[in-house]
Amino acid sequence: MDVLVCLKRVPLAGGTLILTPDAKDIETKHLGFGISPHEENAVEAGVQLVEQMGGTLTLLTLGPSDAEEQLRAQLAIGATRAVLLETDGQEWDPQGTAAALVDAINAEETKFDLIIFGAESVDSAGYQIHVRVAHALNRPIVTNVKAMKIENGIASCERVVATGREHYEAPLPAIVTVRDGLNIPRYPSVPGRMQARKKPVDMKKADPRVPKLEKLNLTIAPSKSTGAEILGNGADAVPALVEVLKKIGAL
Amino acid sequence: MILVLVDHDRGELDPLSLRALTAARKLGQDVEAVVIGKDGAALAGTVGEYGAKVLHVATHADISDYTPQASGRALKDLVEKTNPAAVIAAGSPRGNEQLAHLAAFLDAPMASDCSSITLGTPHVVQRARWAGNLIEEANVHSPLLIASIFPFSTEPESANGGAATVSEFQPTLEASDTVVRILSRDSGESKGGGVTLSDAKVIISGGRGVGGPEGFGKLEELASLMEGTVGCSRVVTASGWRPHAEQVGQTGTKVAPDLYIACGISGAMQHIAGMKNSKTIVVINTDPEAPILNYADYAIIGDLHQVLPALTSAVREAKG
Repeated sequence: MDVLVCLKRVPLAGGTLILTPDAKDIETKHLGFGISPHEENAVEAGVQLVEQMGGTLTLLTLGPSDAEEQLRAQLAIGATRAVLLETDGQEWDPQGTAAALVDAINAEETKFDLIIFGAESVDSAGYQIHVRVAHALNRPIVTNVKAMKIENGIASCERVVATGREHYEAPLPAIVTVRDGLNIPRYPSVPGRMQARKKPVDMKKADPRVPKLEKLNLTIAPSKSTGAEILGNGADAVPALVEVLKKIGAL
Repeated sequence: MILVLVDHDRGELDPLSLRALTAARKLGQDVEAVVIGKDGAALAGTVGEYGAKVLHVATHADISDYTPQASGRALKDLVEKTNPAAVIAAGSPRGNEQLAHLAAFLDAPMASDCSSITLGTPHVVQRARWAGNLIEEANVHSPLLIASIFPFSTEPESANGGAATVSEFQPTLEASDTVVRILSRDSGESKGGGVTLSDAKVIISGGRGVGGPEGFGKLEELASLMEGTVGCSRVVTASGWRPHAEQVGQTGTKVAPDLYIACGISGAMQHIAGMKNSKTIVVINTDPEAPILNYADYAIIGDLHQVLPALTSAVREAKG
């Protein structure tokens, strides 16, 4: 079983976002970087499949050369090797990103049985790169998977919706996108970290395309700028809250 | 003409589609709707009320339930036949997925989670990023705009229109289009009491500050008294204190109840993203600097373990 997991380096923003002076990006000077939560589940799923069935787990990302940090961190979890499609640090639009991933996947000697994406990136959430890759590779795709079994060459998948669970199947080679809750991502072990330093990361230059979805600028979404009305401290404030609940019709 | 993909589950309308229809009307062109699967024809009255003149119904022997790639193919066929200026859908998992298949078939750009659309050359959109904490303004360089509507950006408004004219068409499917489809369902992670997170009018939500699984008893008591349900933050499910189905946030369920009481939740961005559209947000937290206070309407600074029992008895008293 050869598995590919696609990742994206994203800033680890806390409660507040600050923009760069040109309002094109968020200010990352004081931020660390990681991958999106769903992608941690994607890597864990890949590691588990290779543990159970043998084979290899390859990681693929498109981003700045610094994204090697995220690849090494996930190699420490148990991936075999990684490929970094190096950009100049500019954000690419979904079509350009998907095309570069497709070219890189086609250039690989390994014909991956399963390609796993996170269901959405924390920073952009375009909901399309995985579908574009599936079309280009002519593979079936199941999205938003929260439970998965591979048996007899079929990925048997469950998707959770408000009314319950939906069951899908995709014959391999296939593509899935996974959600938080699929598994519990493990932490890297110390030996894992040591080994990750020596695992191969292929650096390739990626040629940008003219974006068809062209980012112009970012603004911070307005929040309730007045902030919360403080009703008081501790249990003494409960009568004031009860009055509020009556006012809004909750009582 | 603006074409709106109206999503349905075996004939039952996805209410987010009404927001998409409302957003489409604001673009100043005729609105037509499309449903995938013959069960959707029953929605002609509703989509008409919300402003669609025509309801296109994609019918095919191989489409009996949700089949996302077949939806994309049907949309492509209809786009080629009717030449709309834009194809719009709700920014739901299914809305985004079906539009993505259309965009992949046409190799055309797609803008997800839009809160504003201006048609032109190029089209200009504002779209939500960082789960709605940032707004991106972007040009879309394509004659056809493919866009999903950010779920909470548009309130549904009736246009008081009469029933839409039903126009059936049969998409030309390839075998690969119907490989991935819903094979079966089960009612799955339902909880006692029957109120799900997405339907609840009142959510009592707990975070790290609850301190452990046993602390949630206080939240459950208040939730049941107020006919609501219990939610929680990601750290709570990651610690195994509560089931994953109760997680509110970008990685869990996005909710917008009438009342959201956040107990011991500091307010990580991904949690905020899942609850900031609640009508009234009350915070109970020991930390007056917690980020969640920026999104709250009211706050009590204090320990939830003292505040909640007092609140529960006061609510019980008020209810008589």
